[in-house]
Amino acid sequence: MTELLERRDYGALIRPTQVHGSLYTSPEIFAAELARIWYTTWVFVGHESEVAQPNDYVRKKLGQQDVIMTRDREGQVHLLLNRCAHRGNQVCEDERGNSGSFRCPYHGWTYRNTGELLGYPFNRGYGGKGQLEKRLALGRVPRVDSYQGFVFGSFAGDGPSLVEHLGAAAGELDRLARLSPEGRAELTAGWLKHRTRANWKLLAENETDGYHPQFVHGSIFSVTDSPIGALYSDKSAAVTRDLGGGHSENDLRPEFRRVGKPMRWFGTTEQRVPEYVAAMRDAYGADAERIMVEGGPHVMIFPNLFVAEIQVFNIQPVAPGECVQYVTAVQLAGGRELNQRMISQSIGSVGPAGMLLADDTEMYERNQAGVAARSPEWLDISRGVGRESVDEAGHPVGTATDEVGMRGFWAHYRALMEAQ
Amino acid sequence: MTAGADLAELALQEVEAFLYLEARLADESDYDGWESLWTEDAIYWVPAGRADADPRAQVSVIFDNRSRIATRLNQLRTGKRYAQSPASNLRRLISNVEILGRTEGGDTEVGANFLLLESRARGLQLWGGRTTYRVRRVEGELRLAYKKVVLVNLDEPLPTLGFLI
Repeated sequence: MTELLERRDYGALIRPTQVHGSLYTSPEIFAAELARIWYTTWVFVGHESEVAQPNDYVRKKLGQQDVIMTRDREGQVHLLLNRCAHRGNQVCEDERGNSGSFRCPYHGWTYRNTGELLGYPFNRGYGGKGQLEKRLALGRVPRVDSYQGFVFGSFAGDGPSLVEHLGAAAGELDRLARLSPEGRAELTAGWLKHRTRANWKLLAENETDGYHPQFVHGSIFSVTDSPIGALYSDKSAAVTRDLGGGHSENDLRPEFRRVGKPMRWFGTTEQRVPEYVAAMRDAYGADAERIMVEGGPHVMIFPNLFVAEIQVFNIQPVAPGECVQYVTAVQLAGGRELNQRMISQSIGSVGPAGMLLADDTEMYERNQAGVAARSPEWLDISRGVGRESVDEAGHPVGTATDEVGMRGFWAHYRALMEAQ
Repeated sequence: MTAGADLAELALQEVEAFLYLEARLADESDYDGWESLWTEDAIYWVPAGRADADPRAQVSVIFDNRSRIATRLNQLRTGKRYAQSPASNLRRLISNVEILGRTEGGDTEVGANFLLLESRARGLQLWGGRTTYRVRRVEGELRLAYKKVVLVNLDEPLPTLGFLI
């Protein structure tokens, strides 16, 4: 395998409708992924609303890197590496806060929240002030950009822009923002952190797998009379779409349009959230009905941002067999009537004790154990390949339960891993 | 020893016995027995991030009212709640039990520390923290109106918590 990896030939491990088990377990492949995916492409890190005020900061992960997301006094967002340029100590210990600078506890070096070195005690040892500032600073994620407030970082100095990376998936973040009468989704409800003993790709693949809900989530659907199960059945009008760039979605709109009732997507009626519905009609006029009927996106944005209607997941890898799912409830600016319910529903559904995600995570962990088996060596991703079509935008589309999204994920994965 | 101290001591003993019962029912995944301990206005809360976070404004690991406790248990009873099927093998120790006072509503507030061992295919997991209980006498029996479990590692990534903590 080492030889294949050195040649960057992933064709031996990734076939059009099969992927090899070693992709989930190999330390060599994991190391290559860190270099070619996590420390190259655009990766979701956090949201601008988490650092709403000048000088706010919050600690984040980007791959295995410990990153501080800061907002400087001019309002610009930065991603700084949490490592003193002197001896490598961590300059930021608190999870979040408000400060214009960070002071290393080890020898007292201080840095501005933009990364510049401000000072170092007893500076005559370095020939006085102004000697180190030019060559030493906090590490910075070289490219930082945001879309609808979602902050992404790329360790590659150049490459596709964020908008190019997002491609057709950008429209799904627009859809999320349009659920707010003020056009802004915020991530201000804190994060659940779910430690998962499985390879990150099992999660990325599962997020738009419409085949599993009836089975993995049958227990909660059966005791709550949930209508979610029917969205992912053989009879559902919903579709799975490969959006390109490794992004994919379960497009549930056809089902919600069929029913044609505003707020049905949120499991409620317009009568129960009258203020919100009125604000939406004021804000969007004739479009409001369509927005409130169609609901939120269910989109997996490569490699680590999953928007599940009212939840946002940030997946970060730890090791070949371990990752962390960070998950929060969407909060809509101007959506007071919905926001508390979004928090309550999210607590019920996701995170370590969630009545949906704890079961997904159990599956991820059993899958991780399973893929280490010697035989069969391959995982099958052929579902729906014979009935795949292409929509007017040129995206491959399958039924609600087809593995179209996984095939798109692996095609993009392979392109990144083989790039010279 | 005054009569007042006598009463306080008895109350502590009775409360401790109740906490041990609750712990045993949870350890043994006795869903019916455990559910029967709760009052109708119950709150079962496991905060995330910070112990003092507002559970209506910030996400929690668990924040169940009585109705959601029932949903959670009903899901477990299906036998297809895979995060807990098979059920974890559990044993917990409760210690440092103190009666902290009375709430405005007249419930007795009790604090205790706990250590819990969970064994399942994933491995052996140690859980620990501080629990605040509110206990009420209903028709002669003690009942649980409130249980808040503050894990020592509530700000760190947690493994799946499928059992009754």
